[in-house]
Amino acid sequence: MFTEYKTVQSISGPLLLVESVQNARYGEIVEIEIGDGSIRHGQILQVDRDKALVQVFEGTEGIDISRATVRLIGKPQQLAVSMDILGRVFNGTGEPKDGGAEIIAEKRLNINGNPINPYSRDYPNEFIQTGISTIDGLNPIVRGQKLPIFSGSGLPHDEITAQVARQATVLGKDEQFAVVFAAMGITFEAAQFFINDLQSTGAIERAVMFINLANDPAIERIATPRVALTAAEYLAFDKDMHVLVILNDMTNYCEALRQISAARKEVPGRRGYPGYLYTDLATIYERAGRIKNKKGSITMMPVLTMPEDDKTHPVPDLTGYITEGQIILSRSLHRKAVAPPVDVLPSLSRLKDKGIGEGKTRQDHADLYNQLYSAYARGKECQELATILGEAALSDEDKKYMTYANEFEKRYISQGYSANRTVEQTLDLGWELLSMFEDTELKRIRVEFLKKYMPKFRK
Amino acid sequence: MAETKTGTIIKVAGPVVSAEGMLGSRMYDVVRVGEQNLIGEIVELKGDTANIQVYEDTTSIGPGEPVVDSEAPLSVELGPGLITSIYDGIQRPLDELYKAQGNHILRGSQLPGLNREKKWHFKPVIENGTEVADGDIIGEVQETSILLHKIMIPPGIRGKIEGLKEGDFTVEQQIATVKTKDGQSHEIKMMQKWPVRTGRLVKQRLAPDKVLLTGQRVIDTFFPIAKGGTACVPGPFGTGKTVVQHQLAKWVDADVVVYVGCGERGNEMTDVLTEFPELKDPRSGEPLMKRSVLIANTSDMPVAAREASVYTGITIAEYFRDMGYTVALMADSTSRWAEAMREISTRLEEMPAEEGYPAYLAARIASFYERAGSIECLGKPERQAALSIIGAVSPPGGDLSDSVVQATLHVVKVFWSLMGKLAYQRHFPAIDWLTSYSFYKQYLPACFDDKEKGDQMSGLAQQAMGLLEQESGLAEIVRLVGSEAISPADRMVLQTAKSIREDYLHQNAFHDIDTYTSIDKQFEMLKTILHFHTKGLEAIESGAETEDIFKLDAWEDISRSSFVPEEQMEQIAKIRDKIDEQVKALQR
Repeated sequence: MFTEYKTVQSISGPLLLVESVQNARYGEIVEIEIGDGSIRHGQILQVDRDKALVQVFEGTEGIDISRATVRLIGKPQQLAVSMDILGRVFNGTGEPKDGGAEIIAEKRLNINGNPINPYSRDYPNEFIQTGISTIDGLNPIVRGQKLPIFSGSGLPHDEITAQVARQATVLGKDEQFAVVFAAMGITFEAAQFFINDLQSTGAIERAVMFINLANDPAIERIATPRVALTAAEYLAFDKDMHVLVILNDMTNYCEALRQISAARKEVPGRRGYPGYLYTDLATIYERAGRIKNKKGSITMMPVLTMPEDDKTHPVPDLTGYITEGQIILSRSLHRKAVAPPVDVLPSLSRLKDKGIGEGKTRQDHADLYNQLYSAYARGKECQELATILGEAALSDEDKKYMTYANEFEKRYISQGYSANRTVEQTLDLGWELLSMFEDTELKRIRVEFLKKYMPKFRK
Repeated sequence: MAETKTGTIIKVAGPVVSAEGMLGSRMYDVVRVGEQNLIGEIVELKGDTANIQVYEDTTSIGPGEPVVDSEAPLSVELGPGLITSIYDGIQRPLDELYKAQGNHILRGSQLPGLNREKKWHFKPVIENGTEVADGDIIGEVQETSILLHKIMIPPGIRGKIEGLKEGDFTVEQQIATVKTKDGQSHEIKMMQKWPVRTGRLVKQRLAPDKVLLTGQRVIDTFFPIAKGGTACVPGPFGTGKTVVQHQLAKWVDADVVVYVGCGERGNEMTDVLTEFPELKDPRSGEPLMKRSVLIANTSDMPVAAREASVYTGITIAEYFRDMGYTVALMADSTSRWAEAMREISTRLEEMPAEEGYPAYLAARIASFYERAGSIECLGKPERQAALSIIGAVSPPGGDLSDSVVQATLHVVKVFWSLMGKLAYQRHFPAIDWLTSYSFYKQYLPACFDDKEKGDQMSGLAQQAMGLLEQESGLAEIVRLVGSEAISPADRMVLQTAKSIREDYLHQNAFHDIDTYTSIDKQFEMLKTILHFHTKGLEAIESGAETEDIFKLDAWEDISRSSFVPEEQMEQIAKIRDKIDEQVKALQR
């Protein structure tokens, strides 16, 4: 039997201090039977001699010091997994939420996982076609990559993640992705939108959902991404599946972390977030990847909303330092009805060069996106200049670049949420847009590619 | 033999564990924590209580478990077998761990840094009976095809050498004996140990006065780093810090490269691991891996080991420096190292300074960079060597007023400032030419065999930088009043500056040829661009239209000059003849 303690000494915020405990171990799970017979769960954050500091996942509301009983389980938090998790909906700590049966465990896994040995990683280099030009053409994503979407309140990140989940395939292979969706503190509406979208395409059959809604206990969110990734690791590395993990919304996760840190009276870092935010986020994001001699992979697409669209806010900032690039959404494009409103210039996929080129997409891909980028950067400057000085003040060359930028936004970026373009279509569209320039202006493209591809598009 | 000191855990808070009954333990002793034998280091002593930073995850550790003192500080093993290795932050070989444990790093593993079974062919270089002292080279091992590993007398040993013989030995086998004056004898093995937090000894420090070439045009020409110098690369995410670091690790003109991936992405280390064995060093033609040591403590690996990883790296680098080699150490990123310090400091409940960083942050950073330098090595034969440090810094939000950036800028002599704006335009390396600086510029001419050419290069670089500065001023005016309003000569300046930016400073790391440019090719390229400038100005003077000059197709040749292979460098010189012809034609 487990040892039980009725020695709760104090409760503050989400934290519970228990005294006179024996054999408490750092990081282990406890059960708390509160006065009315219901049970909550918590995790030991610190043990100091016979005192244990416990963080309660479901919140401390209604817990009574004199009547609460704390039970030490003697193990870290675990998730029961088997192939039956596919198609199911769980809460933020991995308990079934859809009214279905408990999972009969094939195995129980520690949700914290272990760091992947860098030596055993396999480099991600398989191009994923998402059907979205701004991603496939300019910021190609590969299997095993972690590419977040930096969004803001009121921007359509849900539509984009749903589009990716629906359309993502690996070129030349028919395999589809299994989707693991972790919702952290998002609204019922947002979660339902995603679920409905998966249902409409039948993708729900190969999806696992972990849902912690805005009104669910905030502390539970700390466990949600880890639980989801444990499920993803099982599917990817035990069952050879290619898994796409969507974590929505990481800002809410970080706020929960800040809440705990504040309750523990830790020295805060920037904006009150704990100093270990980077390390903590890394233990989540770094679980994406491929492993040598394993067929499966984990590709991750975290979503985060930037407060005030500020990229230097600690959450997007630290995320950007860990993930392999970022897709940034732009409010001004959204206002211009560009859909999806991907802000192309600051968006980046760090692994793009490994997934493209001859034999993967097409030989001209790298030169092409370099050229599209630099021409758009120039065109953007001209757009700005035109708003200050008026269009008449621009030189002919500048006008040409501005026209290009407008066309680029209208045709290349804005494709809607249902269009599924093949990578060839995306590449050809790029050439078509560049055909308004002379060959000599296209310095980023190798001459042989200009000769090979451009004639088709010149009128 | 003294009994091993054992204490008892009383408190666990994340990576910091407190244990009592530790009286007699010393600061920075390595300890084994708990029943799982986790590795830790004593960072604070209060009475008989020791606070320990643990290099591994402490989940399921609790009060009552034992702590065993190893009575030695955190040390690395130095000897043949280091090159081509990949280690974690505390010198555990990741490839061996993979063989032993599989895909994930499990806790409590104890694997030695150097392979104990492998035999190396040892060849003495001195006679038996020679008087030796610490640092003396007694023999050699051909460790890889390009690296001759020199075996040195470990510190503190002095006397007459005996029993030295050629043969195949493991790192633990005795290769000689040193008899001291007072009759003691010391066994000499190929392996020695050194505590990571202490710098290795040198005979004398020298001022760095040679440029460490990197094959990167913007660096070599404008902001060179010296052999024995220090550089820092700060920039917001996405500006290419890691690509710059990788490029330097690949192409730098050093005998040994130590690459420390400190709290960064796992996939980036995998990239290094897959690329280095295949890429060829442009000088020796051998795989780059044969001169590299990798330390990978990725961001998901324990934070305390990340703190140690830079020290592990620099100690290994110093060891190779002591053999008389030019060594370059890349640390990516020192911000993660500083954050690890902050995390440990917070858990120790120390009083924080700026942004929660400990008050000793600046001192630690300074003393780390101070371990770089150009030196005269300890011991015989006399030899000089250098160790350069290139540290990436990842300031939050790209803000250069960040404590880590500021503390680093206090000590380093080269500053490569990466700009988000350049990166968005896909101008890479995104090193901002207006704010970056280098204190080693004056040593650039000495890179050329021909002194005159060297001085010329210095002049070209200065002229080019002048044009870029002029451009930034002119660009403001053009922005306000349009390009028609400025004089033809100024328009020529803008055109040339643009060419310098796009055709010279911009360098494609992923292009087979463009990725590395020798200093001679740099000279030719820059000379050609500036030659065009001079000729253009002359033509304008004699009444030629600027638009006509800008339309000449020799510009096209210049823009492709970076893709001209090193062997065909004379083609670049030929562009200058073409320029002369075409400009002359205009003047008729």
